[in-house]
Amino acid sequence: MSERLSAADVAKVARMARLNISAADVERYTQQLDGMLDHFADIDNLQLADVQPMTQPFPLVNVLRADVEQPCLDREEVLSAAPAAEQGRFRVPPSGGEDE
Amino acid sequence: MSNFSTATSIAHNVASGAQSAVSVVEEHLQRIGQREEEVHAFNLVTSAEARERAADLDARIARGENVGLLAGVPIALKDNMCTRGVPTTCSSKILEGWKPPYNATVVDKLFAAGAVFVGKTNLDEFAMGSSTENSAFGPTRNPLDTSRVPGGSSGGSAAAVAAGFAAVSLGSDTGGSIRQPAALCGVVGVKPTYGLVSRYGLVAFASSLDQIGPFSHSVADAALLTEVIAGHDPMDSTSIPKPAPSLVSVLGRGVEGMRIGRVADLPEGADADVLARLDAAFIALEKAGATIVDVKLPSLSYALTAYYLIAPAEASSNLARYDGVRYGNRVAANDMNNMYADTRAAGFGDEVKRRIMLGTYALSAGYYDAYYGKALKVRRLISNDFAAAYANADVILTPTSPTVAFPFGAKTDDPLTMYLCDIFTIPTNLAGHPAMSVPFGTGQANMPVGVQILAPTLGEEAMFKVAAVLESAA
Repeated sequence: MSERLSAADVAKVARMARLNISAADVERYTQQLDGMLDHFADIDNLQLADVQPMTQPFPLVNVLRADVEQPCLDREEVLSAAPAAEQGRFRVPPSGGEDE
Repeated sequence: MSNFSTATSIAHNVASGAQSAVSVVEEHLQRIGQREEEVHAFNLVTSAEARERAADLDARIARGENVGLLAGVPIALKDNMCTRGVPTTCSSKILEGWKPPYNATVVDKLFAAGAVFVGKTNLDEFAMGSSTENSAFGPTRNPLDTSRVPGGSSGGSAAAVAAGFAAVSLGSDTGGSIRQPAALCGVVGVKPTYGLVSRYGLVAFASSLDQIGPFSHSVADAALLTEVIAGHDPMDSTSIPKPAPSLVSVLGRGVEGMRIGRVADLPEGADADVLARLDAAFIALEKAGATIVDVKLPSLSYALTAYYLIAPAEASSNLARYDGVRYGNRVAANDMNNMYADTRAAGFGDEVKRRIMLGTYALSAGYYDAYYGKALKVRRLISNDFAAAYANADVILTPTSPTVAFPFGAKTDDPLTMYLCDIFTIPTNLAGHPAMSVPFGTGQANMPVGVQILAPTLGEEAMFKVAAVLESAA
């Protein structure tokens, strides 16, 4: 195994991706992801300096509509699908906790 | 081709009054009743709605109305397409119980064409997988041999057609998720050109790669269904601003004078039984008047790497929306960050988490250029290779899947082994081109083998012409 990726890297990635995973899972994912990155090393030596990146199959331009009011999804119907709603809004717990 | 009725014949019979839509739907619901427990193609069977809908169609036909090109055709939808008021789960616990407030554009189009929805089909969670073993609700089994997988991620849609539960179905294809299960279940599967079919209401996995397409028993049915669902949609900003192509009319025109590309540097990995069927397909097309030409696609062997960096990167961004706030399920916590992280940890399965982490890593500061950035450049190389190849060939033929349907658990220990199932299907998605799988005989254990036809952007006409010839030679 090449150890392209450490358990600390995976723990950081999980935190960034908002996934609360156990220490045992971190170990397992580290091994699996490291194996994948090993396989993906096949493109390491390609000469790509002059190649334009391709993000989409076709050249796209933003599609914008006129800025006028239009009918939209029903507020009650949308809120009824939310885990918690109150006074016409989505309800969430406070955001005062620890962060990055 | 199987013994089940085709959509083309059902629509003809129902529209002409020779057969009622109710009797057609009952016949399919009966087969569901007989084998669904064993096959598990569906997350939800909508029997009551299907019966009601069929009765309504019969009444309208009796009044002399033209109810559309798919009159009374029973159809199954992959459970990642939004259906208003009908649960749409993506085979994930995080969306279990969610009822979308709107229909996907394809759903509205099928409804307008007179189709009858019989249910929502199982998939690998969020379409991530090649065997349907990643579903949170249990795997789908291959109707031809229930000890084997149906392929994936649209395994439920492929199995539903192969088992005669629906005449046709829709799946989505991000790296082969229509074509590979079609090959493994012995049915036709089409991934149209990127942008030909609206993605509005398709739950996003990798937005620059995802495309909706049909499964069917016959090439004519696939052409018919593609015609119905294709066309510009203002609700999808990547939708091609052109009318739907005419495909049914090109079937039967033959392949006389067409140039069929054989990939001289095809990546290794396909089994001998699969390659033998590919050789037989070339011979059949040559007999029908086509010319076989050698093409080179030197960057093809890097496609797997490019795909498994690009698709997870896009997925990590797309799946950020499942945060326990607006829809889906939530794990309660005192603090918002913990609520997000606990909800996502409980709601997503193993493979989805793995891909979110891979994608997050590939996009993170310090690694973006080495992984995601580089993968986008490899994507360009692959696209350039195809452009050069299509200067000399009208279509290209490859295997669809390197193997026939494999037994359960055969590829679940190492995720990379499963990823290699997509080696021949992925390049098309990276380029945005159309491709389809057509059943062409059998291989090991008498299981079906699919031949894949690849065509350039909006090359569906040529692709379907070749498919029709292969179907009649199979």
